[in-house]
Amino acid sequence: MNNMSEEASEWSCTGCGKPLEIIKVGFSYMKGNFEVLLPACPACGVVMIPEDMATGKMAEAERILEDK
Amino acid sequence: MQPFVAFASRKQVMEKSELQKWEYKCIQEEPPQCTAGCPIHVDARLFVRQVGRKEWDNAFKTLSKTMPFPNIVGRICDHPCEAVCKRVESGEPIAIGALERACIENTQEKVKGVMLPRKKLRVAVIGSGLSSLTVAWDLLRKGYLITVFEPGKRLGGTLWEYPETILPPHVITEELTLLESLGATVRLSAEVGRDGFISDIHGEFDAVYAGLDTPDLNLHALDRDEQGGLRVEPLTLATNLNGLFAGGKCRKDGLLSPISEVFEGRRAATSIDRYAMNVSMESGRDQEGPFATRLYTNIEGIEPLSRIAPGDPARGFSAAEAVGEAERCIQCECMECVKVCLYLDRYKGYPKKYARQVFNNEGVIFGAAHTKNQFVNSCSTCGLCETVCPNDFFMGDLCLQARRTMLEKKFMPSSFHEFALQDMAHSNGERFNLCRHEAGREESAWLYFPSCQLCATSPGEVLSSYRFLRESLSGGVGIMLRCCGAPAFWAGRDVFFRESLETVRREWDRMGRPRVITACSTCRSLFVDNIPGMEIQTLWKTVEEIGLPNGGASLAYGGEGKTVAVADPCITRHDRETQESVRRIAHSLGFAIEELPLSGEKPECCGFGGLMYNADPNLARDLITHRTTNMDKVDTTYYRTKVSAHDYLAYCAMCRDNLAAAGKRTAHLIEHLFPTVAGGDPAARGWISWSERRTNRARVKEFILRELAEKGGGILEDYEGIALQMTPEVRRRIDDRRILEDDIRRVIDHAEQSGKRLHNLRTGHFLAYLQSENVTFWVEYSPGDIGFTVHNAYCHRMKIVGIKQ
Repeated sequence: MNNMSEEASEWSCTGCGKPLEIIKVGFSYMKGNFEVLLPACPACGVVMIPEDMATGKMAEAERILEDK
Repeated sequence: MQPFVAFASRKQVMEKSELQKWEYKCIQEEPPQCTAGCPIHVDARLFVRQVGRKEWDNAFKTLSKTMPFPNIVGRICDHPCEAVCKRVESGEPIAIGALERACIENTQEKVKGVMLPRKKLRVAVIGSGLSSLTVAWDLLRKGYLITVFEPGKRLGGTLWEYPETILPPHVITEELTLLESLGATVRLSAEVGRDGFISDIHGEFDAVYAGLDTPDLNLHALDRDEQGGLRVEPLTLATNLNGLFAGGKCRKDGLLSPISEVFEGRRAATSIDRYAMNVSMESGRDQEGPFATRLYTNIEGIEPLSRIAPGDPARGFSAAEAVGEAERCIQCECMECVKVCLYLDRYKGYPKKYARQVFNNEGVIFGAAHTKNQFVNSCSTCGLCETVCPNDFFMGDLCLQARRTMLEKKFMPSSFHEFALQDMAHSNGERFNLCRHEAGREESAWLYFPSCQLCATSPGEVLSSYRFLRESLSGGVGIMLRCCGAPAFWAGRDVFFRESLETVRREWDRMGRPRVITACSTCRSLFVDNIPGMEIQTLWKTVEEIGLPNGGASLAYGGEGKTVAVADPCITRHDRETQESVRRIAHSLGFAIEELPLSGEKPECCGFGGLMYNADPNLARDLITHRTTNMDKVDTTYYRTKVSAHDYLAYCAMCRDNLAAAGKRTAHLIEHLFPTVAGGDPAARGWISWSERRTNRARVKEFILRELAEKGGGILEDYEGIALQMTPEVRRRIDDRRILEDDIRRVIDHAEQSGKRLHNLRTGHFLAYLQSENVTFWVEYSPGDIGFTVHNAYCHRMKIVGIKQ
């Protein structure tokens, strides 16, 4: 959680000029729905997915769902 | 193998009978020769392995699983297993008989009599030779009430005649007490010679076994054949008296065969059990006794080794000697396909197992997991398994059918083929697709089909070869630029595949059915299999017929005596003509050729075939790593491949690109024949990105259109004008992630237009994302002097639904 807060604090939304906050974000894949806490702009909803998450946990979850 | 024949038949899940046909083809689970040759099918392979590991107790358990009275039989068995042991083809057969003795002497394990619940059926066993003892033992364990009638004063019959050194008397005594401990009634001094003995017993018991080695047994009640021998059914050992069976007294080569005696007893016990249970006496008994196994074991490369001689022959093997002898066992198994296929090795099984897994994957109950989806889609369908399999098991066929089922039943994840199908769509779209007569002509005697992937990697060479063909051949040489349709076939998309083929056929028809020249063996094979009447020859054959450009003089970089290893593409497995044509050209160019062990009819895939690279990028990467690197630490169980130190000569665009991307110096034959840079070193060219491939294809089309003074090639989107800067590391990373530069341009364009982007306060970089139909692309970038600098890009397939407030 700390890492994510640090990650969030580095970024701001250029559209809204607001810092990102940790917010629940909904995802869907292969008939599955999930909610994950992620840095996102509370105003416009732009989210921030770091590289290690996209290529790590998310990729892993995608693989598992593909063999389901 | 007909690799590109679309299956019209099965759209449903695999039938059970179909599974059984597949399973029967794979012989890995067939018993080894030793087991099949043993009348009672002792698992000698496992037994010897356990001895080799000094697992004396486990080895003894393996023996006692099938062998009655192992302490006796293990000492005197006449081991017919040794006569059929495969080790004889490279040395001498394993001394299995002597190992049994060594095991018995070294184990602490005792024989345990496990029994099924008692039955009320009473069986009489006459005599106590090995066959009678086996009947008693087998039926006791099945819960029958057994009474043994022995004329002598002790059990064991002729067992007592063995020398003490071979079978000590105390062993006989101890082992035979097992019978009574399991509840057998023993009647010694039985009057077996008395008239009416057999008839009385036959009346009193539910079934009877008569051991024919019982001294003085009165058999008058039983029918005899014309030679005077007792009439006994060979399969069931039944006599003319219902419920009375007879056997034993087996002589092999004039000698007593203890294991045959045991087998007679076992066969009679099975008959008695079936008789008592009132089930079929004959059915399903064809594999009783010794039989010929279908198991194939390749002994190539196995070092010939002679038997270990015991230091004291009279005492047999010491423990250490036994272990040494057991270690000579080659542990017979097939695994021929797994030895040459990383994919089959990676999943830790063999085709028989895989066939069942594929079957289960299709047949899962609603809601359960399709755990083999990626497996089904990772096979390159190269057909090497079929070539090396003694029974022609072709995983590619199994997997392609399963892919069609997955699509039909709607559980095919789009990720497995999407990138490849998009690449195919690009080749068949306005940026590349073209079919034209030669400039200034209205007809074509020839039609050049250079292939989408060769244009993608060698555009200059393709154009140069097209010029050469036009200058050398008469009657006009048209050109067709598009994808042959192989990716659709591999993805199991039959409808799409047929549509693509139909377009090729129609265009070829429109061109006046010219002779087709292919530069890619996959296109060639696919057209040969699917377009009747199309006359096809390879670019290589055509070049041979015309004569090499410039007479072949000083064409090839490093020619004249330089050795290259020819990397045959897997699709040429059955196309010896093309393989030889390529070799002749290489010789003409001055090359000496090294043949890789996996060439000719045995080439491996580069990872492109079957869309392995799309469904399992890691497997494809590991495969090409194995094919290009002599690995110190091998991460496989059976799979091994050999890498040559010489440069590779490829004649498939994807082979060239994959081998080169893995760091192996590899050139494509077209690069030697039609070099774009005089004196250049094509093997040094290295990897090429997916983005460059598309640009190169478009260049080929643009160039040809320019020659034809035509316009075309598609309309450029605004975002395509965005200039990108990135380091070579970033370029390689995004390409490995299958992200195209145009994907990045779209993200940046969208972010800049909409203002939807994040700003990093520390680095000053922007981060933006854009969801396409199935993929979300992320780009970290900053504005540069020209266009934008790309610092990183990544993607995921999971869809962002939105924030939950």
